Amino acid sequence: MTATAAPAATARAVTREAYRDRLIPLLGTDPRLMCLDTDTGLFGPAHIEAAGEQYLNLGIAEHNLMGIAAGLAFGGRMPFVNTMAGFASSRALEAVKVDIAYPALPVRIMATHGGLAAGHLGPTHHALEDLAVMRTLPAMTVVVPADADATAAVVEQSLDLPGPLYVRLGRKATPAVPSDEPMVIGRAQRLREGTDVVLVGCGPYPVTACTEAADLLGEAGISAAVLNMHTLSPLDAESLCTAASGASLVVTVEEHWRSGGLGGAVCEALAERQPVRVLRIGMPDKFSDTVGGQEHLLDHYGITAARTAAAVTAALEAT
Amino acid sequence: MTTAGTETIGAIGDTRLGELRERATRIREHVADMCAGPEGGHLGGAYSAADIMTALYFDVMNLDPDRPDAPKRDRFVLSKGHAAVGLYATLAERGYLPVDELATYARPGSRLMGHPVRAVPGVEAATGSLGHGLALGCGFALGARLDGHDSRTFVLMGDGELQEGSVWEAAIGAASLGLDRLVAVVDRNSLQLTGDTDSIAAMEPLADRWRGFGWAVQEADGHDLATLVRALGTTPWEPGRPSVLIARTVKGRGLPFLEGRTACHYVTFSERNHAKARAVLGRSRKEDTR
Repeated sequence: MTATAAPAATARAVTREAYRDRLIPLLGTDPRLMCLDTDTGLFGPAHIEAAGEQYLNLGIAEHNLMGIAAGLAFGGRMPFVNTMAGFASSRALEAVKVDIAYPALPVRIMATHGGLAAGHLGPTHHALEDLAVMRTLPAMTVVVPADADATAAVVEQSLDLPGPLYVRLGRKATPAVPSDEPMVIGRAQRLREGTDVVLVGCGPYPVTACTEAADLLGEAGISAAVLNMHTLSPLDAESLCTAASGASLVVTVEEHWRSGGLGGAVCEALAERQPVRVLRIGMPDKFSDTVGGQEHLLDHYGITAARTAAAVTAALEAT
Repeated sequence: MTTAGTETIGAIGDTRLGELRERATRIREHVADMCAGPEGGHLGGAYSAADIMTALYFDVMNLDPDRPDAPKRDRFVLSKGHAAVGLYATLAERGYLPVDELATYARPGSRLMGHPVRAVPGVEAATGSLGHGLALGCGFALGARLDGHDSRTFVLMGDGELQEGSVWEAAIGAASLGLDRLVAVVDRNSLQLTGDTDSIAAMEPLADRWRGFGWAVQEADGHDLATLVRALGTTPWEPGRPSVLIARTVKGRGLPFLEGRTACHYVTFSERNHAKARAVLGRSRKEDTR
């Protein structure tokens, strides 16, 4: 198989490839595992050969993908299903809800092209609702690995997870997000200590925006903590509340519509446990109407470090 | 584990046939009783499917009510999950749950919901949203093949259900995978909730459509138990192809005052009509066992 050496901590890498390159060698070690594809193109001839009968390309049929995965899981298997995030969370949602989440089956929904990763391919291929949709499903664990190392860790940890799992992945290379704390599903990573505000992100670019914004704010004398809230469900409310204790502001940053995703999850948790003002930075309430790659779109719609820092500064000045 | 008696599959004796007919009538009686409860039930589709489920559960399928999770059992998926009352009645008759429990149907605290749930022994998957069962069946059949045993998976669909596009995704998938231990049965009662299936959405030529998707196809009278047993018992009909039996049925079959009427889709019996239904079915039962 292709080399699976962990990328250097600062190297850009493609999370969907990191997933693939971790899964393929695992298949041979665990007969429960299956890799079910919908002609995504992620798996080349060498991967398919290595996977043997544990890989199947089911064609462009996402409902069928989820149904077959459920049937296999009922029989004791652990299918990794492959499609784009927008198709997993919208087109195939009913099969995910009824056939996978309802019986709480160990299906791993590996959803590429998360957020704006499809870039110039446009809103038909963007997934800006997936986190909101998936985290409402009972039993569904929802994870957005921030980089390739985190993705490989999620694949490994998923083997011990009894219920269904949704993993949002990217399309092209995205920044590495180094952390001193290990990637553990369900446990937020504290990337920066700080006392005035808490910046909470999920996904490669939003978390990077948070750490860079913390640096910008530090130069202005504002102490910002940063959390990588890679798991949206179950949400690590305890780490969130600990970080927010004493802070006057929490800012969420995500590659998702502003409703229902990370910002929504953080608001719910804080409102119930520890009320504090929250600002949500994400995709404005609209479909993308401009052409460009992922980074262009993030910049265009203000999902950036500069915007995050400016929002914090403005909010603190207003109080 | 099979319930087949001394008769060989494909040549069912008169005594055995009488037993099966009586089972089917008992199932209809249970359904009538459930439909006399406070919520009523989907009587019409349960009755059109009653003989199909009887053939499967009392002759064709390899199963053991005492071991509902036996790994090599045949699987049944009621894709037309609204016929749950028919499935519950069948499972009770077959010994998966006490017959007395059927009286709890749809009442608070019961595990017998309006659509099948896995809390009920023998129910393989929750169904009721139409168009899901065939893909699930593909997964069951594929899993069995990967496990290296020859169990079969039976998926019972309604003909109105075939209007769901996901059915045809699964039809393509099953044929592509060569799942010849997968058997679909279409309960072709030609009625759906508001009227005639084919006037709502053109379904014909149904057999040709399935053939075109790569399936082995047979058509049969869906109330002829001998034919059902023979046809379903001899699957797979063609190596490498999934099988579909288009079972021509009558919605509400068994109660002449409801048969073939759109209104029998969902029935909440009055006391009087419940008694009438019971009387009709009671007379049928005497004929079954004569």
